[in-house]
Amino acid sequence: MQRQVALIKQSLFDQGYLDEQFIELEELQDDANPNFVEEVATLYFKDSARLISNIEQALERGSFDFNRLDNYMHQFKGSSTSIGASKVKTECTMFREYCRVGNAEGCLRTFKQLKKEHATLRKKLEQYFQASK
Amino acid sequence: MMNRGLGSGGGSSSGKNQGGEAVVEMFPSGLRVLVVDDDPTCLMILERMLRTCLYEVTKCNRAEMALSLLRKNKHGFDIVISDVHMPDMDGFKLLEHVGLEMDLPVIMMSADDSKSVVLKGVTHGAVDYLIKPVRMEALKNIWQHVVRKRRTEWSGVPTHSGSVEETGERQRQQQQREAVSRGEEDGADDNNSSSVNEGGNNNWRNSSSSSSRKRKEEEGGEEQGDEDASNLKKPRVVWSVELHQQFVAAVNQLGVEKAVPKKILELMNVPGLTRENVASHLQKYRIYLRRLGGVSQHQGSLNNSFMTSQDASFGSLPTLNGFDLQALAQLPAQSLAQLQAAGLGRPAAMNSKPGLHVSSSIVDERSVFSFDNPKMNLLHGVPTGMEPRQLAGLQQHRMTIQQQIAAVRAGHSLQNNGMRMPLASQPQQPFSRPQQSSIRQPMLPNRSGFSGRSSIPESSRVLPTTSYTNLAAQQQHSMAFSNFQQELPVNSFPLASAPGLSVRKPHSSSSSSSSYREEFNSSEAGFSTPSYDMFSSRQNDWDLRSMLSPHQDSQAYSSSSMSRNNNTAVAATDHSRNHHQQTPQGMVSHHQVYGNGGGSSVKVKSETMGFHEQYSNQEDLMSALLKQEGIGPVDTEFDFDAYSIDDIPV
Repeated sequence: MQRQVALIKQSLFDQGYLDEQFIELEELQDDANPNFVEEVATLYFKDSARLISNIEQALERGSFDFNRLDNYMHQFKGSSTSIGASKVKTECTMFREYCRVGNAEGCLRTFKQLKKEHATLRKKLEQYFQASK
Repeated sequence: MMNRGLGSGGGSSSGKNQGGEAVVEMFPSGLRVLVVDDDPTCLMILERMLRTCLYEVTKCNRAEMALSLLRKNKHGFDIVISDVHMPDMDGFKLLEHVGLEMDLPVIMMSADDSKSVVLKGVTHGAVDYLIKPVRMEALKNIWQHVVRKRRTEWSGVPTHSGSVEETGERQRQQQQREAVSRGEEDGADDNNSSSVNEGGNNNWRNSSSSSSRKRKEEEGGEEQGDEDASNLKKPRVVWSVELHQQFVAAVNQLGVEKAVPKKILELMNVPGLTRENVASHLQKYRIYLRRLGGVSQHQGSLNNSFMTSQDASFGSLPTLNGFDLQALAQLPAQSLAQLQAAGLGRPAAMNSKPGLHVSSSIVDERSVFSFDNPKMNLLHGVPTGMEPRQLAGLQQHRMTIQQQIAAVRAGHSLQNNGMRMPLASQPQQPFSRPQQSSIRQPMLPNRSGFSGRSSIPESSRVLPTTSYTNLAAQQQHSMAFSNFQQELPVNSFPLASAPGLSVRKPHSSSSSSSSYREEFNSSEAGFSTPSYDMFSSRQNDWDLRSMLSPHQDSQAYSSSSMSRNNNTAVAATDHSRNHHQQTPQGMVSHHQVYGNGGGSSVKVKSETMGFHEQYSNQEDLMSALLKQEGIGPVDTEFDFDAYSIDDIPV
């Protein structure tokens, strides 16, 4: 089990899903707070799900309020950065860039990609936490 | 609780020296931090990190809630960390509120690392700016901002009315204690020398609160009993909302331009409030207005206000510390420039000089001193479209004013003897520069050199903006005080002596300005602007680069890493030119420039701000500032060389 945990973790880093910020979080974990990282991750996914749905709605409306979209994405980027979700963060940045230039098509595409990365990370982290127990 | 301030655990701040040693270990644990962020993930992580640093953490996900928490419990927190982007209130607004009402150090943070935003943080008075993701190292050092602020408050108290002796004594003790707790001998020195008035800071925990207590704030001296009220000299006045409203009403009644501290004081009719308190608050207010008016614009109004305050309250110059400086400090380069301009403008206006019409702008500002005033077009002193000759005129004005200020200061400083010119400290970078220069130069009684900057090595580079006014004043002081300063134990603890300028080095561990600092310290001796720690540290670390990178903790700005460059930055601009000091290259962002009086040691990290050029003279600086202000997306490019006054798009 330990080995599996290590493997999963390693792959997450190798594949760029997570960055050193995640390690920072792990360092905050101790006997007094043994599940800190998992708690943070849970909170993150819950909150980001909300943001994703907001963005989705905004995009579906078709009006493309880039400012608003950028605001959402800024928040999303902030929390993703905080937990070390590297790939998700990259997509956020790209999305914001498209917003900045007003490229709706780019936004849509990037958003799809972002959701995919987000879902993948979620799954992998779930596996990771499971294996760690 | 034991000292509410730092080291709650160790009771370091308790003004009494007992257990000072014990305190040392505990400190800074127990630091009471209020963290505000709408992102729950970040909030959770921050809380955990802060707890690991042994701080006492209170979380808040809405700015309004944070403000009400702070208001309800004025002395309940030592420092505030806030996100920039929040749905219910802009982080900068919160920053201003806190600065004005509670006078607590505020650290901004954001995932946004663009220079303009960071600059905004500086202008608005944040003591630091952290880029997300925030790391532990960055948070570990935040206590330095509290200490710094406290120190400046203590030393900065310009209004030493009276029981200087007793207060000074107390302060000395206080400082010693602090020094002990902090383990810095410098501090002790500095403190001792500067203790003088504000005496009261016996408890350095609630520097402002305790002092204000004495003072009789709106709240009516609540906790009077707590601290060593007896020895409190002139506790800092805490400008509560009500008090501030009274102030604003008075100012509006008098008219922004005509609002002089004396009259405002009369109108307000608040017992226990001194003219100095009003004067310093007025300065801050003006800066605030200016800022509202649009930092990007070169509004000269601020300058006016700035100058006005200064002129009006020469006596209060010394008081410039804390609040004023803070205000100044807050203004980023632009602001400084503006301030300077204002400062300059003011004299100009006063002397019926064309060009800066600062006064007029002040009116606008004044009317709006409300936190939601969005657009105050304050002419920040940047002499937009100022003709070179006008500029020169301004400069002259400045000089005159400065001279006056210096004169006043000299008087004051001498009195205070230990008084570190609060100004000096605060304006950290910006101011430091001027001061330094002044020292360097054989007392330039009048800064006439400003225009040409030739004579004054000081950081005159700093844009003529009001900030300079202070600086000028400071410089003047420095000059006056140069010898004076020598006596001041300035150096080791930069904070104590030289405000902001590089002084912070000690804290921030900035490498560059250490030497710089030394110089500043000496020159600045008097000028430690109490409130502007931020500047000093910033100056030292004004390393935008570092800011961009996630937390560099070691510096004062740990994460913001602004520190390193600040010193240099400031120094760079001006000093390079005039001084023997190692001219820092590139002008550091405006703020910086001013701050690094010495400029010598400060190697301005031009790269951070992109100010690579050194301003050989005010004009350059001015243009730079102007450029920055509004000429276009200044961001990384502070390339002032290219700009001449004429090019500045007004």
